[in-house]
Amino acid sequence: MERWAFEEVLAFTRSWDAVYFTAMFVVAAIYAYWPKNKAKFEAAARIPFEDEGH
Amino acid sequence: MQTAASEASASWRIDLFVLPLILGLGWLAGILEAARSPDPAMAIQGWTFAACMMGIGVWYLWSYAGRTPADERTPYANDVVKAGVIASMFWAVAGMAVGLILALQLSFPHWFYFPDVPWTNFGRLRPLHTSAVIFAFGGNVLIATSFYVVQRTSRARLWGGSLPWFVFWGYNTFIVLAGTGYLLGITQSKEYAEPEWYADIWLTLVWVCYLLTFLGTIIKRREPHIYVANWFYLSFIVTIAMLHIVNNLSWPVSLLESQSYSLFSGVQSALTQWWYGHNAVGFFLTAGFLGIMYYFIPKRAERPIYSYRLSIVHFWSLIFIYIWAGPHHLLYTALPEWAQTLGMTFSVILWMPSWGGMINGLMTLSGAWDKLRTDPVLRMLVVSVAFYGMSTFEGPVMSVKTVNALSHYTNWTIGHVHSGALGWVAYVSFGAIYCLVPWLWGKKTLYSNALVEWHFWISTLGIVLYITSMWVAGIMQGLMWRAYNEFGFLEYSFAEAVQAMHPYYIIRAIGGGLFLAGVLIMVFNLWKTVRQGAPAAAAAALVPEAAE
Repeated sequence: MERWAFEEVLAFTRSWDAVYFTAMFVVAAIYAYWPKNKAKFEAAARIPFEDEGH
Repeated sequence: MQTAASEASASWRIDLFVLPLILGLGWLAGILEAARSPDPAMAIQGWTFAACMMGIGVWYLWSYAGRTPADERTPYANDVVKAGVIASMFWAVAGMAVGLILALQLSFPHWFYFPDVPWTNFGRLRPLHTSAVIFAFGGNVLIATSFYVVQRTSRARLWGGSLPWFVFWGYNTFIVLAGTGYLLGITQSKEYAEPEWYADIWLTLVWVCYLLTFLGTIIKRREPHIYVANWFYLSFIVTIAMLHIVNNLSWPVSLLESQSYSLFSGVQSALTQWWYGHNAVGFFLTAGFLGIMYYFIPKRAERPIYSYRLSIVHFWSLIFIYIWAGPHHLLYTALPEWAQTLGMTFSVILWMPSWGGMINGLMTLSGAWDKLRTDPVLRMLVVSVAFYGMSTFEGPVMSVKTVNALSHYTNWTIGHVHSGALGWVAYVSFGAIYCLVPWLWGKKTLYSNALVEWHFWISTLGIVLYITSMWVAGIMQGLMWRAYNEFGFLEYSFAEAVQAMHPYYIIRAIGGGLFLAGVLIMVFNLWKTVRQGAPAAAAAALVPEAAE
């Protein structure tokens, strides 16, 4: 019983891990490089300099 | 919403009630252990813990009884960061000095091994060295810089009143407890997780307080975007909590004894340990220090990070891939073949986000490369990123099974660890501290730039001697172990391989000695900066120093 459950999990991860990992990466990359987000991220890059002190 | 937390001068504060209560209970527990434990080592641990609790309690009284510390009236909490910087440098000297002693023990066992003094045994000093440099030095650097960075990039004061101080003192109590425990012979024999159950429980409590402080500050931020450095710091805090709790699940023999038994056994125990161990590298020694890189390199170079968008991809790909790489520590063991291959594959894939991050750090200097010639602090930060690139290339190579067959259990691994620890972790920390000291103490510059140059070159020479000697020693060792003669017998005995490494051990000790010398120069320079440095111009010294 236990062995069967393990094999099943293994078969599932073997076939689907690559797919959802790639999907997650693509989502993160699209979010980062979406043209509309450009200005927002350029402003974010300047955050360390907005603090007047050190 | 934020006013309640930031109203430091409120007459009744929950943190000044709860935290001293914890200290009192801790003191009581320590005294009980000291009085009741049949195990003399555990009794000493009890006394040590009770003394720490009492010391922190006295500090609380001295700081808060009948007054509000001046530091709590300023926009940012700076004193706790200053304390973190001082503790970092103290532990750096202590941890690296122990490392040098170990290198000398291996080089000259007749002179540096004392059979009658058990606490100087290599087996006890070795975890003292690794914990002191990784957790004491590195941990204090991470706590101090994260407190500094999260306030500036959120434009909000640290959340929790005196809670950050509790994190600082509590964390260093854990270090003292762990370190003295090793010397007494207390260990649960898990690499980088040697402290026993009671120290682990204390660290869990402290770490939850750390998470609360950090998250609380982010929640009350006045800057709408959460800067990328904070993402890295937060992933470090959250993941270390998870790793620490799971890997240390164990059952003590009794509440009065130091010994405990892990809930895992066999190959499950091994895999859990290296899931912990490698992600301690990934999230403590990498993600946390990348937080430092993403704040201090732009700040020092006075240019925004090369690509903020790349930093987002860097973050998400790094944290998703790192978590799978642990099995590469268990190649050719009882671990199932598919899990070994999985660990190897993810380790190789990990090369990409690592180098993405390295390129992002290095290219921030694009158009300002000349600063590397004139500013040794910036050079130290940039060289740290170069070492990060080098060791994150070496790591995937060593995780390939055929390479690992040669490199595993040899000194090559020690060399790899130190190219990351000395070249990346220590250098990025030194760079950050060289920045922080003048900023925090309101000084115009460091006492001496020339001394930073000396530090940089002496310790760089030290790293080069260290890692090249360990490459040669490790590859030679691996080749000697696998050499067969024409009859199919092993060509060399184990002792012959040990003897062959003698000259390389001496070179390594020289390299380590040079690195320690560099740190001592740094301590002198920082001390002089604080004592004698010219004050920063009034306008620039917004660093809230109102009290001094």
